[in-house]
Amino acid sequence: MFTILRDLTRHNMEFLGGLVLFAIIVGLIILSYFSPYGPTDIYLLPPDMPPDGDYWLGTTSRGQDVFWQLTTALRNTLYFGIGVAFLSRIISLVVGLVAGYAGGAVDRVLMAINDSVMVIPQFPLLILFYFVLKDSMTWTALIVIMAALGWSYDARLIRSVAISLKTRPFTTQSVYSGMSMRKILIQEHLPYVLPIVFATTMNNMIWSIGMEITLSVLGFTDIETPTMGMMIYWANAHSALIAGIWWWVAAPVAVIVVLFLALFLLSMSMNEYNDPRSRLNRMGG
Amino acid sequence: MTSYLIFVLKRFGQFLLVVFLGVTITFFVTHLTPIDPVEESIGAITQMGQSDPNAIELMRQSLRELYGMEGSIWQQYLHFWLRLATGDLGPSLSAFPTPVSTIILRSLPWTIGLMTVSTLITFVLGNAIGALAGYYRKDMVLKAVSLVFIALLPIPYYILAFVLLIVFGYLWPVLPINGGYEMNANLDLSFALVLDILKHSILPAVSLIMVGAGSWLIGMRALVSNIITEDYVVFAELGGVPKRRILRSYIARNAMVPQFTGLAMSLGAIFNGTVITEIVFGYPGIGNLLIEAVHAGDYSLVLGLSALSIVGVAAAVFIIDILSPLIDPRIKVE
Repeated sequence: MFTILRDLTRHNMEFLGGLVLFAIIVGLIILSYFSPYGPTDIYLLPPDMPPDGDYWLGTTSRGQDVFWQLTTALRNTLYFGIGVAFLSRIISLVVGLVAGYAGGAVDRVLMAINDSVMVIPQFPLLILFYFVLKDSMTWTALIVIMAALGWSYDARLIRSVAISLKTRPFTTQSVYSGMSMRKILIQEHLPYVLPIVFATTMNNMIWSIGMEITLSVLGFTDIETPTMGMMIYWANAHSALIAGIWWWVAAPVAVIVVLFLALFLLSMSMNEYNDPRSRLNRMGG
Repeated sequence: MTSYLIFVLKRFGQFLLVVFLGVTITFFVTHLTPIDPVEESIGAITQMGQSDPNAIELMRQSLRELYGMEGSIWQQYLHFWLRLATGDLGPSLSAFPTPVSTIILRSLPWTIGLMTVSTLITFVLGNAIGALAGYYRKDMVLKAVSLVFIALLPIPYYILAFVLLIVFGYLWPVLPINGGYEMNANLDLSFALVLDILKHSILPAVSLIMVGAGSWLIGMRALVSNIITEDYVVFAELGGVPKRRILRSYIARNAMVPQFTGLAMSLGAIFNGTVITEIVFGYPGIGNLLIEAVHAGDYSLVLGLSALSIVGVAAAVFIIDILSPLIDPRIKVE
């Protein structure tokens, strides 16, 4: 684990860049726990104050401090992304490993479902869920729904590795020594696919956070919890840009770009690290 | 030929499965909720002043019949399939009694036009730059262009569209930022109208292309840099075959095949992209229609649009899938 990190930071500028940007995000999230204002408190401060010494990033038309609001929103958004990524990783690992190892009819059935989930249009479905759930649409519900939609591509990737693992001698040996399928998958195969799982986690977070922002901006989520999308939603609802309160929109947009750049750089460099040819290329080996 | 037939049949089975799963999810999500669409619309009608209890009861009966709310949930499910098969999606709630299918057909051409054209431009542009950047690795201009497209990749679509709106709507207002055509346009087919429609589609199309080209570019560049090390390319270079020709007939041709399969996948994402694009730019397609239907609480229109997008995407993927072995003989049809 630490060797991998050392290699990555030494030979891969993108990884280092991603790590630095991610550290900024984590720093902001840690700060959110020291916020002097409650996350949903409004009309506490003079509204529409431009950025200055008292209010570092200004205040909103709803009388909130943009900076502290931003740290809380960022925390909720990142937790959301991690929640979706974690749940969907479990599904994709189970489906991918089982389908790859079992083969035959099990594989065909699982992959048929997998491919169907892959092409089903997600956005109309998410809107449909909001439409029927309305007020009972909580963040937990959204995390579960997003996780149920976001595992298929990675399951295919994991399956392709699992198929090649199955033909290796160590698998045959485990079978002959009487290990159960569950044990083989967890103890023998799982460690081999974990690097891929890490890289796809970043991609999954990019996807789920992007969806969260879009749904929130349109007002299709629980509008009381501050998230990055919700900040833009409220700014839009108060026509912040037209009224000249640009800091209300610029701050979340800038942080979103930093967050996505961090995740993207991390996922790109890990993907490259997983590919031995390009890894050797970079190390000059 | 028989192996191709088996392949097509298999893919067709997959197509049916996608449609079955998608429509089933759509149906049960909307029918297992506490919200009763008939009571909701009755509520809307009584609010408008209709209060004769006999008339309301009559209306309730006819609405129940129209929405297929009779019998158990399984009977309703079967009924829903039968109506879907005949293309009858029931009347719209918000524009009663116009059939849902008529409303959808009005918006569909806009979406299909915008999405097909921008997807194809994205595909061609991304792959062309990717192939060039993979072959001429040292070229600074290509490097810079690739970098711009790759940097755009991780930015959420909504944010990028927002920036375009600010730039072309407020800072440098040269392009229309809202709608599919001028408000008071004469909708008879004329050169001016076509020009107007094209002008209105520039910003939505450009935003889609900017977001999408990067991933094609990365994929193509990686494919090409792998192919350059193949023996037959090295051989051709040593034999003095012109560079352009190597790139065109030796490299790009072979690298295109996996990209075509990717095209099928991206068609699957069309309905995701289209909703957001159309809302941001107020484009009169089915994405906008979906959001309007949600806000109006139009149960049958939402259901119809969801079902349509699933069938449409599944069909598009199916067609591309069965065409790909014809494009490339190397694809095994097993």
